[in-house]
Amino acid sequence: MSVASTPAPVFASFGGAIEFIFTPQTSNVTGGKAVGGLSQVIELTVTQLEVTVLALMLALLIALPAGLYFGHRGAGELLAIGLGNAGRAVPELALIALMAAVIGVGLLNLTVALAILGIPPILTNTFVGIREVDRSSVEAARGMGMTEFEIVRKVEAPLAIPSIFTGIRTATINIVATATIAPLAGVATLGEFILGENVYGTNGVLAGAIMVALLALALEFSLAALQRRLTSKGLKLSPT
Amino acid sequence: MRSEFTRLRAAVALLLALALSLGVVACGSSDNSSTSTEATATGSSLVTNPKNAKISLTIGSKNFPEQEILGEIYAQALKAVGYKVKTDLNLGSETVAHQAVKNGTISGYPEYASTALTSFFGFEPEDVPTNANAAYELAHEEFEKEGLVAFPPTPFASANAVGTTKKFAEEEGLKTISDLEGKSESMTLYGSPECRQRIDCLAGLEKYYGLKFKAFHPVDISLRYTVLEKGQADLSILFTTDPQLAAEKDKFVILKDDKHVFPAGNVIFVTKLSTFEKAGHDYENTILQVQTGLTLEVMQELDARVELEKQTPKEAAAAYLKSAGYVG
Repeated sequence: MSVASTPAPVFASFGGAIEFIFTPQTSNVTGGKAVGGLSQVIELTVTQLEVTVLALMLALLIALPAGLYFGHRGAGELLAIGLGNAGRAVPELALIALMAAVIGVGLLNLTVALAILGIPPILTNTFVGIREVDRSSVEAARGMGMTEFEIVRKVEAPLAIPSIFTGIRTATINIVATATIAPLAGVATLGEFILGENVYGTNGVLAGAIMVALLALALEFSLAALQRRLTSKGLKLSPT
Repeated sequence: MRSEFTRLRAAVALLLALALSLGVVACGSSDNSSTSTEATATGSSLVTNPKNAKISLTIGSKNFPEQEILGEIYAQALKAVGYKVKTDLNLGSETVAHQAVKNGTISGYPEYASTALTSFFGFEPEDVPTNANAAYELAHEEFEKEGLVAFPPTPFASANAVGTTKKFAEEEGLKTISDLEGKSESMTLYGSPECRQRIDCLAGLEKYYGLKFKAFHPVDISLRYTVLEKGQADLSILFTTDPQLAAEKDKFVILKDDKHVFPAGNVIFVTKLSTFEKAGHDYENTILQVQTGLTLEVMQELDARVELEKQTPKEAAAAYLKSAGYVG
């Protein structure tokens, strides 16, 4: 274990980062207070997850209905795809700074900024997924006397689940990874370790990165499991 | 079992790759190298020495405007006396800059003596001498042990400060940080993400002043005035060299640090001993010569050009060197 007087290593070590996650470490700039350790790591991981879920909810609330609607109508392709692509190019930090002047910094600002990152993949993939549903199935449903809403709910959406989930999973990874900038907008997430090299050392930076990666994997696996549950049996037979 | 193991291995490999790529990003920097300046020495007080043309220098800086301006001033001046100069500004935190000068990625960079003492050499803020030369001597000694040389300090010093709006200070009767006692529990403080844990920031306010705040919120340092203007923050961590403090005197004030938690740091240029020996006397002399004009007022004015008037650090530095008569 390193003590305060030894210089911080130039490169982080994997072992050092793991140690940082479990045990508080000394820091040169805190006046003797230890930093890191399991309690702080858990606290920041929970905030990172909260921020991610909030932003994802907002993104879903906007992008999913819009994608379903435009996909079903077969209209607004330019809007859905164009908006989707434009959204990818939004610089998050600039957005946060811009909104800071209007609504201030904090959870609201951050949620909106991160949701904007999540909307494009969900919108585009939902739109494309619905459009790719076999038209004869839709015609058959219409022939059976289903209302347009029923067609979306019972035919198009279930058949588009794989594509919709691709969008949601991409959005989730985008959001959870970018939520590391939250400490620049008033909310302390795992980004505190990554942005605070002077305080936490290179091991702390790596520890933050590892935790974000683990969180992203955990979310990815959970969503994959959820997708399997929601996919209808008929679709599962075909290779996706 | 077997497939689970393979999956685990794949996950670990993925993690490692991710961590590695992140490490590379963290150590890299936006590369502004091969900067050329319009400044050339034409019979002005900086004189070109043809012997210097054989020597290449890379001047670095940390990642905020004041640092980049200083980096540009030094780089342009050294170019004017004939050195081959590249810049590698916006390096990141002090830890990164310190490593970069130690491992030779950059030849040197400007550092605040107080930051060097507290961040690199384990000094408590209260042990940092208030006298600029005493702090410099101390830092010089410590740097020497690492094979580095620090040049004497600039006239101006910069420190963190607790700032607020003039209106709020008057309403609450705040002049010094000690005045916050008994009131801070209902106030919010905004500062850089690192501030929370730093002894020369929130940790020091808690330890030495015994203050507790309603909440501490981390923000990007570029938003330190925005949060005050928006009325979101009651208090915000500012820098004493901030141009806003000079330009908007009737809007923002800083509270006097009556217990000296925020040591003021004059800037000292840090370079490698071997570079110093190779580069000859012009290296140190040029840097010392061009920094003599850097008083608090001048530094605030230069910061204003970049932070308020949106000039580039390069333009601000060139204007300074010209108006001070160092280059023609």
